[in-house]
Amino acid sequence: MESVIERIEKGHFWKFHGGIHPPEMKFLTTNKPILQLPMPAELVIPIQQHIGEAGEVIVNIGDAVVKGQALTRSTLPISVPVHAPTSGKISAIEKATIAHPSGLEELCIKLIPDGEDTWRERTICPEYKQLSKSDIIEKISNAGISGMGGAGFPTHIKVSTNAQINYLIINASECEPYITADDLLIREHSSAILDGINILDHLLEPAFILIGIEDNKPEAIQALKNATKDSDKIKVCVLPTQYPVGGEKQLIMALTGTEVPSGVLPTTLGIVMQNIATCFAIADAVIHDTPLIKRVVTVSGQALEKPQNVWALLGTPVEFLLQECGYPQQEKKHIVMGGPMMGFSLPNSQVPIVKTTNCILAPSEQEIPNDNQEVECIRCGQCAEVCPSQLLPQELQWSAKAKDHQQLNTLNLFDCIECGACAYVCPSHIPLVHYYRISKAEIRQQNLLDIKAEKAKVRFEARKLRLEREKLAREEKHKKAAEARKARMNSGTPEANNEKSAVAAALARVKAKKAQASSESTSSTEDSNIAPATEKNPQVAAAIARAKAKKLAAKNRQDTPESQTTENQTSESEESTVKPDIVDDKKAKIAAAVAKAKAKKLATTNKSDETSSTSSEKPKDISPADAKKAKIAAAVAKAKAKKQQADKTKEIEATSDDNVQTSIKDEVAKGDIPDKKARIAAAVAKAKAKKQQAESK
Amino acid sequence: MAYWIASSPHNHLQSKTSALMRLVIYATIPGILTQWYFFGWGNIIHISLAIATALLTEFTVLSLREKKVGEQLFDGSAILTAVLLGLSLPALAPWWISVIGSIFAIAIVKQLYGGIGLNPFNPAMAGYVMLLISFPVQMTSWQPPLELMSVPLDFINTLSVIFTNFTYDGYSVEQLRTHVDGHTMATPLDTVKTNLTLGLTIVESMDNIVIGEYVGVGWQSLNLAFLLGGIFLLFKKAIPLVTPVSFLGSLFVCSLIAFLLSPDSNASTLFHWFNGACMLGAFFILTDPVSGATSVKGRIIFGALAGFLVFIIRKYGGYPDAVAFAVLLCNMSAPLIDQYTRPRTYGHK
Amino acid sequence: MTIIIAILVIGVIGLTFGALLGYASVRFKVEGDPLAEQLDALLPQTQCGQCGYPGCKPYAEAVANGEAINKCAPGGDDTIKKIADLMGVEVQPLDGNHETDNTPKVAFIIEEDCIGCTKCIQACPVDAIIGATKQMHTVIIDECTGCDLCVAPCPVDCIEMRPISQTTRNWQWDLNTIPVVQIDEVQIDATPQGKEV
Repeated sequence: MESVIERIEKGHFWKFHGGIHPPEMKFLTTNKPILQLPMPAELVIPIQQHIGEAGEVIVNIGDAVVKGQALTRSTLPISVPVHAPTSGKISAIEKATIAHPSGLEELCIKLIPDGEDTWRERTICPEYKQLSKSDIIEKISNAGISGMGGAGFPTHIKVSTNAQINYLIINASECEPYITADDLLIREHSSAILDGINILDHLLEPAFILIGIEDNKPEAIQALKNATKDSDKIKVCVLPTQYPVGGEKQLIMALTGTEVPSGVLPTTLGIVMQNIATCFAIADAVIHDTPLIKRVVTVSGQALEKPQNVWALLGTPVEFLLQECGYPQQEKKHIVMGGPMMGFSLPNSQVPIVKTTNCILAPSEQEIPNDNQEVECIRCGQCAEVCPSQLLPQELQWSAKAKDHQQLNTLNLFDCIECGACAYVCPSHIPLVHYYRISKAEIRQQNLLDIKAEKAKVRFEARKLRLEREKLAREEKHKKAAEARKARMNSGTPEANNEKSAVAAALARVKAKKAQASSESTSSTEDSNIAPATEKNPQVAAAIARAKAKKLAAKNRQDTPESQTTENQTSESEESTVKPDIVDDKKAKIAAAVAKAKAKKLATTNKSDETSSTSSEKPKDISPADAKKAKIAAAVAKAKAKKQQADKTKEIEATSDDNVQTSIKDEVAKGDIPDKKARIAAAVAKAKAKKQQAESK
Repeated sequence: MAYWIASSPHNHLQSKTSALMRLVIYATIPGILTQWYFFGWGNIIHISLAIATALLTEFTVLSLREKKVGEQLFDGSAILTAVLLGLSLPALAPWWISVIGSIFAIAIVKQLYGGIGLNPFNPAMAGYVMLLISFPVQMTSWQPPLELMSVPLDFINTLSVIFTNFTYDGYSVEQLRTHVDGHTMATPLDTVKTNLTLGLTIVESMDNIVIGEYVGVGWQSLNLAFLLGGIFLLFKKAIPLVTPVSFLGSLFVCSLIAFLLSPDSNASTLFHWFNGACMLGAFFILTDPVSGATSVKGRIIFGALAGFLVFIIRKYGGYPDAVAFAVLLCNMSAPLIDQYTRPRTYGHK
Repeated sequence: MTIIIAILVIGVIGLTFGALLGYASVRFKVEGDPLAEQLDALLPQTQCGQCGYPGCKPYAEAVANGEAINKCAPGGDDTIKKIADLMGVEVQPLDGNHETDNTPKVAFIIEEDCIGCTKCIQACPVDAIIGATKQMHTVIIDECTGCDLCVAPCPVDCIEMRPISQTTRNWQWDLNTIPVVQIDEVQIDATPQGKEV
């Protein structure tokens, strides 16, 4: 460790890889003192201005607040409050564009200053050494101090380490072009900065305090040297100007020769780094009880008439600063928050100044032209030469364009500090850093999705298990309940008996109800089954009958010529009185003949039955009923035939032969009707029988 | 009034790829002038032909690929390729040599692989090697320096030879190459190689008329001119220092070892350095970033490998010069070299 | 005779190499994840069932057994590509039966309308809805996979799928989407007025 200090005392420093020398352009603002601004009309205070979680809003719309009053409360350790930069009235708590590259809107508190600038009660505490460390840390935390160099990491976390600290490094390098905020702050407030450094010394007890500053700020170096000349512990280290020496890892490398391993905090190496503006804020907070409500902002760029450093209240819209510094109305505006190397374009000028804003850049079009003429990479390797992290920007670029996340991880994309040196030197004008940022965001998003998917899987499996378990538990419960009831009923006590009988009665009731319900339901189903059948069957039957009749008629028509004579003979022999015109009432005759033949046949069969029975001498076999039936049938048939014959002769006499056919048809239809009726009746009977059967069951 | 959004860094070193290409083209001017002085108009005619063909080919292919023709046509890369090809051709080669070479270099070696930045091989050298293998007679008919020629060769005569194979007076290329004593004159490299196979020693070969006082009439000055152009590029930081240094160093070491082992059968380092396309290769071909290695360590290996291959091919190969073959072989190994020479990222072991 | 020697030599060489390969395949056998496990790891685990399987794992198993790879709507083309890579088959476009809009969404219960029927709670595959009978339900946004299985069962249609809002935390550095606000003149005039304060 001694050698490090010896080297520093000799003015020898280590070199980090790469680095560039962009035009510094600091002359624009370096020769003017920090300007005190008038009060803007409205302040927009984003509730989150640091890395971590936002605090909880503790004021309401319409509240009158005083200068320095906390507007949010930190609920988590990694959160710091924001304060009212002046006294006034809360006009709104709503979403507004915040100072973020995305230009998205987040929750902001809007404050209309009342012009009084009334302070809240403050307790000045010059003897901070009498306070305990935790008190000081609490003061720093309550003052809302987060890193003012750019990252915005809550300071109280950084200073509340228990590790043994070798070096406290104060970063005053301010390596970005244009920015002179720290330079001017050092020149004007070196004693307050020294107080802040001493407070940090008191808290961290480091072996040495190194102030890293670039050699392009001679006046600030002189001011620091004067302020620290009494202290042996504090070394002002004047580094050669090279971008990005102000990067945390690069400054540690340059001052101590130590390389911070990837993914490791410098604290574990015994190194803590604080920005010099943060030191000033710490002194203000601990000694003067003043929360972080204003900061020095460099308003620079050749588009401005009066570029200079200003004291800006947090929440001041950028527009107000630009007006103060003489920003002309022009067609195309390009406003950058932060330096030209790492700052971001603003989507409008109402964006507020926040704790990390060190510069507002309004370049002229000649200064920073907006002509992105990206051409193909020619693998010149200049980017790899200037990369302070010793990455291979050209290979990263190809993998980023191909979205090859695995290869990007192999090439250590996440060690990129986004300093922009590679894109600055690229002769093909490839916006390399932009590609890396997109890829980084994609990889982070993918990792989040993977974690979420894993969680969803676990929850899904857990739910399945739970459902299974619940099902088992339910079954178990039912079984147990049933068993318990049984046991209780069988115990023999009067209550049990009572219960038993009650249960029995209930069961019986339920059974009866059930039976009724089921019979009703069955009957209804029967009905529903029959209904279509009864509707359908007669139709079918009628159709069949019609078809039969037609067929028969057709057949008879064919048969008649041959069989006519015989039929006529028979008919004559039986009923000589009927002498119709043979041709005309053929049909009627046929029908009559058929009927007669039927009757005859029936008669003969009956007779033969009788004869056979008599001849075989087995009279027992002949039932009188049968004989009677046959006789009745024969009689009926005969009667029918007769009647038909009579009808027909009458009709034939009256009407033409066309009508004969229709009459036959009518007859056939008439014959159908009783059949249909019978069938319906049968179906109804069947249904009734079934119902009865069901009931009896 | 409108705001514009850009990603950081907002400022930029105003260098451009096309400016880099132009710078390299300017750096070839001393070489071209020296070549003109010693070898006549031949190469300038070939360079012009090659540029015209290359631009036409580039225009056609870019149009077919529906690229931004206006921007890419004059980015200098095609012109540079044509200049380098024209420089390396034998001065009296027929006109179609440079035309075919340019078309092949631009259409096949460069554009078929995806255009600028994506070609794995140096287009000029790939074109040259294609021509050398396809048309060995035309490609090895090197013209002797003007001062050694029996027939004066002015611009009209050169033009006539390139387009008709004969001068106005009816001399063929073969006749032009013949010395007054009846010997066909070759390049110094070729002469030494042939003499070694004939059993002559290096010292005996050095008496040859084409070698002259030092290591080769015309050729030594030409290489000196390319060295000058290269130093200009180094001064302008247009090319990395390590590649030529590593290449020349490697060639020096190889030739020195060989020379020390057997001075009779191995030419000196100076002979190797200032003959053939050595300096052209060292400063203009091997430093082509597209087809070379990217990291510093990689470039050292790349250059050293090229030097070693040049020596080996010159010594044992079938062709007298070796730069084009060595470059192509190194181009092939560049991705592998890059793979194994990745620098250690800050904070990683 | 020569031919016999040649056959013998070739045969011996063949046998040797065969034995060598056989040994190597046993000795250096790589125990990989079962295919279904690997596929399951690629699926988005929304458990939405749009593929026709009750969850991601059953679909993964089905794909391993030859089911079409293009049925995962929430995963979209990215997931199909990954599955195709793993399975060594051609990438197919997403099954036409599914909606192609796979912007990440989460369920949102309009709490005024919720009647506390618990139907959505039963439908949720990842238990991301909390609530009880006759009590208002709400979605745990961080756990919701956006499967929209809870939308249909809701009797009062008080669940809707809302796209996840973009915040500074999940912003993807798409500079083209930044709304460039045209500040109207009134506001610009208002600012200098404040100077008098």
